[in-house]
Order: sequence, then structure tokens, then C-alpha cells
Amino acid sequence: MTTTTWDADERGWFGGPEHGWGGRFMPEALVAALDELTVAWQDAMADPSFVAEFEAILRDYAGLPSPLYFAERLSDKVGARILLKREDLNHTGAHKIRNVLGQALLTKRMGKTRVIAETGAGQHGVASATAAAYFGLDCTVYMGAVDTRRQALNVARMNLLGAKVVPVESGSATLKDAINEALRDWVASVDHTAYLFGTAAGPHPFPSMVRDFTRGIGDEARAQCLEQYGALPDAIAACVGGGSNAIGLFTAFLEDEGVEIFGFEAGGEGVDTPRHAATIHAGQSGVLHGARTYVMQDEDGQTVESHSISAGLDYPGVGPQHAHLAATGRATYLPVTDDEAMQALALLSRTEGIIPAVESAHAVAGALRLAAERPGQTILVNLSGRGDKDMGTAIEYFGLGNPDEVTEEPVG
Amino acid sequence: MTVTSTRIAFEKAKADGRAALVGYLPAGFPDVAGGIDALRAMVEAGCDVIEVGLPYSDPVMDGPTIQAAAQQALEGGIRTTDVLRTVEAVAATGTPTVVMTYWNPVERYGVERFAADLASAGGAGLITPDLTPDSGPEWIAAADAHDLDKIFLVAPSSTDERIAMTTAACRGFVYATAVMGVTGARTTTSDLAGPLVARTRAATDLPVGVGLGVSNGDQAAEVASYADGVIVGSAFVRTLLDHPHDRAAGLRALAALTEDLAGGVRRA
Repeated sequence: MTTTTWDADERGWFGGPEHGWGGRFMPEALVAALDELTVAWQDAMADPSFVAEFEAILRDYAGLPSPLYFAERLSDKVGARILLKREDLNHTGAHKIRNVLGQALLTKRMGKTRVIAETGAGQHGVASATAAAYFGLDCTVYMGAVDTRRQALNVARMNLLGAKVVPVESGSATLKDAINEALRDWVASVDHTAYLFGTAAGPHPFPSMVRDFTRGIGDEARAQCLEQYGALPDAIAACVGGGSNAIGLFTAFLEDEGVEIFGFEAGGEGVDTPRHAATIHAGQSGVLHGARTYVMQDEDGQTVESHSISAGLDYPGVGPQHAHLAATGRATYLPVTDDEAMQALALLSRTEGIIPAVESAHAVAGALRLAAERPGQTILVNLSGRGDKDMGTAIEYFGLGNPDEVTEEPVG
Repeated sequence: MTVTSTRIAFEKAKADGRAALVGYLPAGFPDVAGGIDALRAMVEAGCDVIEVGLPYSDPVMDGPTIQAAAQQALEGGIRTTDVLRTVEAVAATGTPTVVMTYWNPVERYGVERFAADLASAGGAGLITPDLTPDSGPEWIAAADAHDLDKIFLVAPSSTDERIAMTTAACRGFVYATAVMGVTGARTTTSDLAGPLVARTRAATDLPVGVGLGVSNGDQAAEVASYADGVIVGSAFVRTLLDHPHDRAAGLRALAALTEDLAGGVRRA
């Protein structure tokens, strides 16, 4: 593992404690478990046999590396070269599988027998249930009750994979409340249970550990780009909720000064309305779920309910390394509205035959905006997940699938 | 207003040959005025130290009972300034009054400003369930500047090194979370509490209060046999939740529970 100036220090601070992003704001009861996890993760990443086993599982089971695909018809349409990192082709349909296979392999190494996870859209829950089945671990997934209803198909998938799904009714009954409930479970079960954290947020070491397990996205994409096109991209783009797919892509490019880095947050119904999840754009520094980062909060420090058409981006916090990248200017974070994301989803579907997850459609929409500003440049987009799970959203948004109507010829 | 350290209350109880009774309610529950009345009733019926909870949207360590009360307070529009107003009203009784709060509301209010306003309200200090001393240098500095108690938590999973580090940073008393789990009344006692108190006592001369899901006098007596303080929260909250439409009956039940618990800490 190489250490760069972008890494956290040993206490989990990005940019040093004087800047204060990250750290560990957690109950004392969980400190021993977080210390144990930190040591286990660092030992594992320094152990060639662990790394080799992780890479073999990713290759043989998850189908990695994912391809880097030149989206030619889309590129022609927008006037820039769009490259898609096809994480949607991974087993379980998203980048999430990298993180959970890494954390579950670590769980086995630590001798624990049960995993818990939280999930918003259900992708991390499905991936966790999958990894638990693969490794023979018991699995409980906490999911906001609002999300269990809007992602019923993923609940069924988790059940089929042998996981117990617990709907969380407290608070706003979405992802942040599922995290609270999972943390409560963990306090009481920490001796035999690992918490498979779903994004690059939370207390140290989760932001750094999740980044390590997902950084293959960028490592692969960077090498593929050089090999296939002979140069690095001019810009890279990813969607940002908690920020795991984004940090997984960004990490390989942080030292490449010629590569501009863009994260696209959920602008919901508009950042000038209360209904969005653009945490870096509109949030303030605060502490949520164990780390200091940007938080959507009111003037008393109470977390404000976020909104996005995409359950996976509907989170009022963000991973602390993103806060650091934003504060230093190394990466630029911009909001994309629900409507922009859905239009991008339709355009990618019709030009390339690829239906992206609504999360990933935010990155595509952002890339389209960049393309207009950068004609002829190469923009590498992380297509973090596939859209099967979001068909309900698409049907409702576009009014699709009425069996009594003849579908119109698609435009473009 | 003179700020009274919680340690004074523990020393008085010790001089009486008993443990101290520490009672918790979130501010703004059932509303700001009702919460003040309830906390005053607990003082009159025998609580030695009062914890005023600052209701928070993401209370990781709280069980469903306390979260329900905090949620009700938040829906009622409770503000941080209302919490300080509650502290002022309760501290005016002369009973040491601390705030129990998750960290973000303090950071948002401004750490130095919060310490100053808490001290001027007569508050004795803070209990910080998600802030350990190694993550809280700013709070430690502000608390020291305003002569406030810093009550950090120790847990059964704490190493001896962390207990030493934590207790060295505490002032007032040490809060021992003697079960691995969230807050809430329990019917069975923990076998983790006694050893944790013993390990904590080996590290510090400060009094050790134990939060253990105590809900009646007999349980209080049992905990008081090995701890310097018995901390009760969920049982008080439950009593008020059980009387949603009759404030007077709720206050009577609260007083009766306090008297039972106060009797418990005296017969250990």
C-alpha cells in the first residue's frame, strides 16, 4: 500500500487534524472494535496472500476487471470522447461487490461469523448478502422502511440469498437511519459480528478501508485508458452519495495533475429547494456517523432529511476524503438534478443500449455537461451500476410499459 | 451563577454512605415547560444529579424509548437554546445539572460558545456519548476554560490503557456503560458492570456512575452496592410516555419512581 499526501493519517484525519476531515467520533464501546479492524485491515493489505486471494475472487467470482468501453454513438452526439468504466457488468450489477468481498474476506480472516450491513437502494445490501453467501457468513441488512418499499425487488433478492432484512422505521426511515440501526446492532454484537460499511464514510478506518477495496476501479481504468487510447483522460467523473464508487475511481488519478476530477451529487429537485442531497455543495462541516465531513444540517446541527430520485445517493453526509478533496480543490463537486439524471439515463439507453442505475446516470449527466464545455476532450465516466433495480423509477418517471399503448419511436 | 461540579453531589452521597441517583430526561419532552416541570419533580423526589438530554436526529447510542422522546421533542421544535433554558431552570434548584449530548449540535452551536452559555446557565458540564477524549481536544480546552465537568464514557470493551486515558480526561464523575448495547430498561443485570467499575476505580479516584437499564429500586440497590452512582434514563422516559394525556398523573408517577430509586440507592 503506497502512502500519498491524500491519505488519512494514522488517526483517520484527511489533511491532518488541523483541517479536521474524518477522524473517529464514536461511542467508546466501539473503539476497541474499530482499533481491531484497523490493525486487521492494515495487516491484510500488507499481506501478499490476502491481496492475491482478494484479486482472485474479484477475477473469478465478480468478473473483474470490468471493461473500459468507448461509447461512440453517445460521443458523436455530444462532441467529446466518452469512456465508460463498466462497473455495471460486475456480479450483482455494481461496483459495490468489490467493497463487500474485501470486507467479507477480512471478516473471515478476523474469525468473525456474522456480518451486518445497511443499505439505501439495496445494492450494498444485495452485495453484502451475496458475499455472506459466498463466504458462509450469517447476514442481517438494515434498510430504511421507505427504501424497502421503493426497492422491494432488492429486498427479495437479499432474502433469496439468505439474508435477514430489517426495515427501519425511525427518523426519516432512509439510509441514514439504517446506518444508525446497524451501529446499534454492532454495539451489542461486536464480539462476533463485522459491520460491512457500504460507503467510504463513517469512522476511521472505514473511509480508507472502503477506498482500498474499491480503488481497483481507478487502477484498472487508468491502465486500460493508457493501453487502449495511449493517454490519460482529460477529465474523470463519478456520482457521489457517500462516495465509494467515486473515491474508487479518483484514487488512481489524484497525482495526475492534468486530469480534472469531478464528483456529481444528487441535486434532487434543485439545490435552491429543500429537496436534494447535494451535501458538499449545500452542506456545512459537521459530524455524522462517526466522521467530520460535510453534512446537510439545520442551524442547530440536526441532520436535515435529504432527497434524491436515486435511493443510493439519498444521504445527507459524504465520505470525509471527498470533503478533503473538495476543500483543497483537487476535485470539483457539482449537483445534477433528478430530471437531468433521468434524461441522461434515457439518452445512454437509446444511444448505447446500456440502461444505467439512476445513481450512475447522475455521473453520465455530469459528463454530458462537461462535454459541452470541452469539445473533443476525453471524459472517463464511472458507470457504477446497472439500471435493472431502477425500472420502477423509470416506469413511473417516463410513464412506460402501458401494454395498451404503442411505444413511440425513440428520438435520436 | 455559581457552577457546581457533579463531584460535590457524589461526595455528599458518599458522606451519607450511599450511592448518588442520577436522573435523565431529554429537554423538550413532552415540551419545554413540561420537561422542566418533570426534571424539577425528579429533583424534589430525590435525584442527586440531573442529566438533561439534547435531542438529536441521529442518536446512535439510544434505544427506542429515549429516541421516541427525543423525536417528540424535535417534532415540537426544540432548539439548543431551549436545552440551555431547561438547564438554567433545573440548575436553579441547586442540583448539579449536566447536558448529555451527541457531538454535532455542540460543534454547530460553536464549542467555545456552548461552553460559555452552558456555564452561564449554571450547567455543571457535559456527557458526550460519541466524543472520546482523544477526539475532543477542543471540548476539553473549552470545558477547562469555563470550569465545566467533562464526563466521558468507559465500556466493557475499553482496554485498561483507554480507561486510564479516559479517566485522566474526566472531571466530575466517570460514566460506565456497563452493557454492550443501547440505552433501555432491562430485566436482567449485567455481569460486565462490576468488573468494569473495578477496573475504572483502579485507574481513578473520581466517582463511577453506572448506566445499566435500571428501572426500579431493587435494581438500583444492586448497582449501588458496587458503584458510586446509579444512572437512570429510559425508565423515567417510559413513565412519561405512559401518561401522554395526563401531565399531573405523569408527574406523580415520575415522583413515585424517583422515590423508589432513591430508596434503592439508600439500602444498598
